[in-house]
Amino acid sequence: MYWKETMRQMNDIGVGSIIIVVLIAVFIGAVTAVQFAYQLQDSFVPAYYIGYIVRDTTIIELAPTITCLVLAGKVGSNIAAEIGGMRQKEHIDAMEIMGVNTAAYLVLPKIIAAVIVIPLLVGIACFVGIMGGYLSSVPTGLITDAEYTRGVRSFFEEYYVFMMFVKAIVFAYILTSVSAYQGYHVKGGSIELGQASTQAVVYSDILILLADYLIAILLTQ
Amino acid sequence: MIRAENIFKSFDDTDVLKGISHTFESGKTNLIIGRSGAGKTVMLKILVGLLKPTSGTIWYDDVNYSELNSKQVRQIRMEVGMLFQGSALFDSLSIEENIRFPLDMFTKKTKKEKLDRVNYCLDRVDLNGVNKKYPSEVSGGMQKRVGIARSIVLGPKYLFCDEPNSGLDPKTSIVIDELIRSITQENNITTVINTHDMNSVMEIGENIALLYQGELVWTGNKDDVLNSDNEILQGFIFASPFLQRLRNAALSKG
Ligand SMILES: Nc1ncnc2c1ncn2[C@@H]1O[C@H](COP(=O)(O)OP(=O)(O)OP(=O)(O)O)[C@@H](O)[C@H]1O
Ligand SMILES: [Mg+2]
Repeated sequence: MYWKETMRQMNDIGVGSIIIVVLIAVFIGAVTAVQFAYQLQDSFVPAYYIGYIVRDTTIIELAPTITCLVLAGKVGSNIAAEIGGMRQKEHIDAMEIMGVNTAAYLVLPKIIAAVIVIPLLVGIACFVGIMGGYLSSVPTGLITDAEYTRGVRSFFEEYYVFMMFVKAIVFAYILTSVSAYQGYHVKGGSIELGQASTQAVVYSDILILLADYLIAILLTQ
Repeated sequence: MIRAENIFKSFDDTDVLKGISHTFESGKTNLIIGRSGAGKTVMLKILVGLLKPTSGTIWYDDVNYSELNSKQVRQIRMEVGMLFQGSALFDSLSIEENIRFPLDMFTKKTKKEKLDRVNYCLDRVDLNGVNKKYPSEVSGGMQKRVGIARSIVLGPKYLFCDEPNSGLDPKTSIVIDELIRSITQENNITTVINTHDMNSVMEIGENIALLYQGELVWTGNKDDVLNSDNEILQGFIFASPFLQRLRNAALSKG
């Protein structure tokens, strides 16, 4: 039962979010490239640095953080509303009576699914973001294909990829557990359910940003 | 057997239950009756442990239910079936999946065995061939019956029904009452039923507890009901002028 539920959640979170994640990643990469091209104009910094900057900002910060902030809105509010609705309609009570450990059955599959799938989404976002940087700078003539490729290949640090995945896992855990908690403890009616859903997103976002800061400090010492 | 000992329950500053002590016997249909708002649902939820009493103790046979840890509680609950006042069917699962849910969670039966058990339970509540429908696609009374089917699917030792008859026509009502009584007797289940349906009281009331404003004011069986001169009980049972006239006529004839 738990395994089946985890698979279903992985499908919901992963497949259900891929379009929005890809869309956002393309634009983030594209904008980063254009902005830096503008800033580096007339400077002594070589043009191929654009590829290098896009790659590193995407890996370290943009892909994990922006993706997870967006997913907190999409997946987090969904989790809070789903579990909260079950609480209000006495579904959770009904399961409790059967002897189901509802906290484990309803929450754990979501957390496990998210911790597996969201890092994959972040990985995709990272790749797509770098492609987005290419699309906005090479065909438009800001820099050449060779320069961008050289930039992307320069000064590569595997450690940054490790940081990206640490962030993705931590953020995934935060956004699912915070949202599930909000839904599980909802009281009252549809207004409270709406509030729980909003709070799920707001608290997840705040905690993600806070965790982002802490991880940045801890992992760059 | 389930025993409630001096149960008090308040929400904020309203006292809903004020010292209820009562024994619910096994193999019998134990009824909790009382007007709307008397505290029946709260009492039932305290008996199953969905609500904590402000004070007082619940005994399941000789186990102090209030002192169990959550794992032990879950152990007992695998032997508990409950029908909620609002049915509480899982609305994104089909009726078959709803009834199969406890089987999926707790048994290692094969697909075929599970389906047979589901169909047996559906048959007992007089619902055949609705397996693939969703709860929102059947009537409220049918949802109730699905709820009953789900609550008996694991063969419970303790069965709780919150208003099993509300929303049912008189005929189906009787079918459901009979069903609950027969599975209670067949399997020696401790069954607790909340109701304000007079027919049920007079048909299956083997051990009745009357709640009035949070207090237990009368206990007895269906035969005692007619002979009792407890005013609250009489006011509750013979609430309509029609029934009062009927009763007075019967009494005056001796
Ligand atoms: N969660 C709660 N918070 C505050 N008060 C509550 C709560 N649940 C029940 N009550 C109060 O307790 C009293 C008894 O409610 P209960 O639901 O037990 O009535 P009932 O006897 O089941 O009525 P009905 O026949 O209408 O179902 C009511 O006055 C209700 O307002
Ligand atoms: Mg009630």
